[in-house]
Amino acid sequence: MSTAETYQTPDGRTIGAQMMEMKNITLRFGGVKAITDISFDILEGEIRAIIGPNGAGKSSMLNVMNGFYHPQEGEVWFHGKKRGPMKPHQIAKQGIARTFQNIALFSGMSTLDNIMTGRLTHMNAGILKQALWWGPAEKEETENREVVEKVIDFLEIQTIRKTPVGRLPYGLQKRVELGRALAAEPKLLLLDEPMAGMNVEEKEDMSRFILDVNDEFGTTIALIEHDMGVVMDIADRVVVMDYGKKIGDGTPDDVRNNQDVIDAYLGVAHD
Amino acid sequence: MSAGFYFGAEVFINGLMTGVLYSLVALGFVLIFKSSGIFNYAQGVMALFAALTLVGLQDGQVPFAHLINSIFGTQVHHFGWHLPALLAILLTAGVMVVLAILVERYILRHLVNQPDIILFMATIGMAYFMEGFGDLMWGSEIKKLDVGIPQGGNFWIEENTAFLGGEDFYGFYLDSLDIVAAVFAGLLVLSLVLFSQYTKTGRALRAVADDHQAALSVGISLRFIWVVVWSIAGFIALVAGIMWGSKSGVQFSLSLIALKALPVLMLGGFTSIPGAIVGGLIIGVGEKMFEFLIGAPFLGGATENWFAYMLALLFLVFRPQGLFGDKIIERV
Repeated sequence: MSTAETYQTPDGRTIGAQMMEMKNITLRFGGVKAITDISFDILEGEIRAIIGPNGAGKSSMLNVMNGFYHPQEGEVWFHGKKRGPMKPHQIAKQGIARTFQNIALFSGMSTLDNIMTGRLTHMNAGILKQALWWGPAEKEETENREVVEKVIDFLEIQTIRKTPVGRLPYGLQKRVELGRALAAEPKLLLLDEPMAGMNVEEKEDMSRFILDVNDEFGTTIALIEHDMGVVMDIADRVVVMDYGKKIGDGTPDDVRNNQDVIDAYLGVAHD
Repeated sequence: MSAGFYFGAEVFINGLMTGVLYSLVALGFVLIFKSSGIFNYAQGVMALFAALTLVGLQDGQVPFAHLINSIFGTQVHHFGWHLPALLAILLTAGVMVVLAILVERYILRHLVNQPDIILFMATIGMAYFMEGFGDLMWGSEIKKLDVGIPQGGNFWIEENTAFLGGEDFYGFYLDSLDIVAAVFAGLLVLSLVLFSQYTKTGRALRAVADDHQAALSVGISLRFIWVVVWSIAGFIALVAGIMWGSKSGVQFSLSLIALKALPVLMLGGFTSIPGAIVGGLIIGVGEKMFEFLIGAPFLGGATENWFAYMLALLFLVFRPQGLFGDKIIERV
């Protein structure tokens, strides 16, 4: 099921060792099983997609990965260590950043400030030093500001740096949200339907950014997507979920030819 | 210009000064409401508690003296020292931080994701608890608070503005305490704004105010931020407590100034820091000018008691989100 050895992608990127492993995850809300006994892994440097019809439990899975939900059964392994019960903000500090399906930006703040919040895990100055704008705190602000400016350049959003994000159109908000996650320089980037609600052009832009992030920064990416076409184009490996169960796992080609997957997506005649 | 005009101007300026104090109390509400959606009913009591603690520390009172004496039959009341004002203020600030930590640990942490009304009820309970606790700790008699802020009419201003009017104008009468209070409130607001705009914790504070989940996902600890917010609200309560306490003594009625902050919030909007400031100034000036122009001559006076609430009522009818509050949009 899980392949831990290094392999080479057709476009020449090296996919390394195991970064995260989900072992037999089961998540229940009261009597409802959102996820049933799912296992899969994510390798360093790859783009891993989780797909499935509505209500398949994809977002729940992402929420388990970043600690919003705690599964009743199963283990999460990260960098070869079993993860204990941790709060989402502690997991963020371990180098896991994410975006949300329904954009969750700080709408009253500017683009720049939003992306600056992504740097919080890299800033350590104590609260007194900050209050007094003391040397180390000031230096830290400047250094992190430089990283943020690079992210802004990368995402081509220089013109909206000072705009409150609440006023931005949907597609740009999605991009700012990606920027906030990128600013954290995460080891693992979780994207919850990064292209939901976008038009074709915006989808192409977003796909390009995702591929560039992976390629230029070597960031490992796990993404949930609805749109099969997009996923098949950009993902290295795909997990397919349906009704909380895993029904397929493999390269896009494997998954495309998997009968269970075809049934889940197209429906199957019951007689 | 007639003396009447200058007298009006004096009323206006005094209104501004009072307004700054209203703003100060309102600011404590806004901060907590913005970051956690809690309407903190206990803000006024926090000001009372801060002032009580300050007086107690300054005079070297033994905390819980009555309790200790009645249990052990002792007669302890004072440690016999007298702390310098500045040291006592710093210690009180420390006490307010401890209070914030306790509030987070024993109240907020257990009420995460509860409906707003539950949190509101919790702060009502907290208000009564702190009121009783403050009494038990420091005694319930009216105390004099003196941290060295000058009081009474400011002669310098009076003398140097006398030339403005004619023979029957003797210069503006402004209370020194009001001037000091206004300056401190102004500094406090300025430093708060700078802190929230240009530091990482300030940014985290604003982030939490906007979206809890997203804040968690970028590594912000909600608990830490709540402690910070309640500490800041505690400092504001301390400043408000010092100013009002110096003015009218430290006593139970100090906690009622919170009621005056309500109309300020309705005017300025519950979620806006500039709103709290402008709202406070409008209420302060409004009630003084209304009394001066309409209340005293036509309505028999004492309009200051209700004017603010009437103004708030009008705002509720015509602009429920306040001057600067977030617009209320219901999607159907």
